[in-house]
Amino acid sequence: YTQLLFSCQFSDSAGYVGFANLPNQVHRKSVKKGFEFTLMVVGESGLGKSTLINSLFLTDLYPERYIPGAAEKIERTVQIEASTVEIEERGVKLRLTVVDTPGYGDAINSQDCFKTIIQYIDNQFERYLHDESGLNRRHIIDNRVHCCFYFISPFGHGLKPLDVEFMKALHGKVNIVPVIAKADTLTLKERERLKRRVLDEISEHGIRIYQLPDADSDEDEEFKEQTRASIPFAVIGSNQLIEVKGKKIRGRLYPWGVVEVENPEHNDFLKLRTMLVTHMQDLQEVTQDLHYENFRSERLKRTGKPVEEEVVDKDRILQQKEAEVR
Amino acid sequence: GSSLEPEEQSMEPPTVPEEEMPLATVPGPAGCQMFGYVGIEAVLDQMKVKTMKMGFEFNIMVVGQSGLGKSTMVNTLFKSKVSRKASQPGQQERIPRTVQLQSITHVIEEKGVKMKLTVTDTPGFGDQINNDNCWDPIIKYINEQYERYLREEILITRKRKIPDTRVHGCVYFVPPTGHWLRPLDLEFMRRLSKIVNVVPVIAKADTLTLEERAEFKQRVRASPQGAPGVPCVPLGAPLKPHLPQIQEDLKAHAISVYPQQDFDQDPEDRALNDRIREKIPFAVVGADQEHQVNGKRVLGRKTKWGIIEVENAAHCEFPLLRDLLIRSHLQDLKDITHNVHYESYRVRRLNESN
Repeated sequence: YTQLLFSCQFSDSAGYVGFANLPNQVHRKSVKKGFEFTLMVVGESGLGKSTLINSLFLTDLYPERYIPGAAEKIERTVQIEASTVEIEERGVKLRLTVVDTPGYGDAINSQDCFKTIIQYIDNQFERYLHDESGLNRRHIIDNRVHCCFYFISPFGHGLKPLDVEFMKALHGKVNIVPVIAKADTLTLKERERLKRRVLDEISEHGIRIYQLPDADSDEDEEFKEQTRASIPFAVIGSNQLIEVKGKKIRGRLYPWGVVEVENPEHNDFLKLRTMLVTHMQDLQEVTQDLHYENFRSERLKRTGKPVEEEVVDKDRILQQKEAEVR
Repeated sequence: GSSLEPEEQSMEPPTVPEEEMPLATVPGPAGCQMFGYVGIEAVLDQMKVKTMKMGFEFNIMVVGQSGLGKSTMVNTLFKSKVSRKASQPGQQERIPRTVQLQSITHVIEEKGVKMKLTVTDTPGFGDQINNDNCWDPIIKYINEQYERYLREEILITRKRKIPDTRVHGCVYFVPPTGHWLRPLDLEFMRRLSKIVNVVPVIAKADTLTLEERAEFKQRVRASPQGAPGVPCVPLGAPLKPHLPQIQEDLKAHAISVYPQQDFDQDPEDRALNDRIREKIPFAVVGADQEHQVNGKRVLGRKTKWGIIEVENAAHCEFPLLRDLLIRSHLQDLKDITHNVHYESYRVRRLNESN
């Protein structure tokens, strides 16, 4: 009979109740449900954001890119472009949304360029708050931004004023992961120097970037430390496959050699990808427990009453309509 | 030298080291192909680790007349002295005048997973001469837990993890009269299955009259079940011919017990739950004493005619109950409580406050 219900590997040893099987039950349900994750990328044009995203998830999210000329860029304001792709690996489904922000930092006067971005993030919070306070909560979609990769230019000497202003404005709304782009323009020494400079400036301005949680006892403590020590990650992206020693790998071909994307000695790409994938859960939690809750308290304090009272009428009509249809 | 010509995307996949399996190609947008290995399933490991670290809460309620073995059953389920039996020496069994509700919380741990178990007992239920509305205190209690959770949820500054005292499962003990459900049973289950997951069980299923035993002995001889020589007591058997009756009763009164058909998520779930539904209510026996059987220590009840092994599926359906409540559907019980029953309560409350 027992096998009829559920195939449980644990034997009926004396004293064994079986609730240790709970993680497996949760696992099974999660696999069925799949995951949603929203990643935002912010940085000036030409820093390799799109290429990096394609490399990270081994997809081509931007198949037909149109790169506007300088004249057009002067006129442009920051756009928000979200693309969603479903990735499945070993039965696990991930619905990944990448929010791109073309036009950021392009204008001559970039004073307002992150207002659009803040607006977007707030809108997702607002929408979630509305859904969460509504009457029918069965199918709430989580479009909140769980992580923001902020691309720092390798060409300067550290953070630019725009970088500082952006991060200060957004560190209370989203998990910021700073990334040094196009790292192949720097030698290793220059990279170290830039990283240290960036970290100093971040702490100097009181910017709160995403902190990796402490390692569990059975996790690789050393690996975690190494990962932490590499922030900000200096990365390279590539859409091209190059043959090196009989293998085809992603890389950039220069007359003086090949830069390999997935070579840890060449850049931090693998560290970034591993960090992202192994911390997706934590990034979502911090977004929910910290950034979203902050937004929610502020919002409720402002209006002075719970959101659901405002929306109940609309939802009640909707509910009646649904009941009629049923 | 090697050919270093850069090539476009439409290439065969690069060879990957042994540790990484090539994944099934998934068409992305614009029909492009993926190759290589990203490692998404690491997310599942995180969730497992998180679940194990955090521990979880599980709240069950037992309802039934006194003397049906509710406390023993709970102790058997969780293999610990979670409930204090009313029939212990020094403990005078006094039937309370009204239905009381008593909750006891224990933290038990198994293989690194911590569980905060709360058992709510309901002495006095169904014990009075006049049992009208004896379900009211129980309904009130269940709704109070929903209210508590709701209040926490609408606070401006919310707790990170809202303490969950909501009842995830209500095990309803039906006395082994052997035939059909009594009006009290029907009334209770009808009202409560609307607000909580109800799992009905036939208690003390080892109680049999000589008549019933003779009846199924015949059945036992006819079927190849049962160990030779030992009058194996498939205790569910005499009650089972009447099982269709109980199920008919439930259907006739539109009582939807757990696992509810409406909440099957997909064909796989449905198939699994259909097999469970065929056997509900489970005929169970509880025991907290160990005996020696064939060289093994087993939980059971010793009688003159043999030892009833509680965890022997051929003796009673306790393993099915345990598997359902704990090993396979524990998370599901919590999910349905949260996503269905609690949501219904919330909607009612929100509409009321207008």
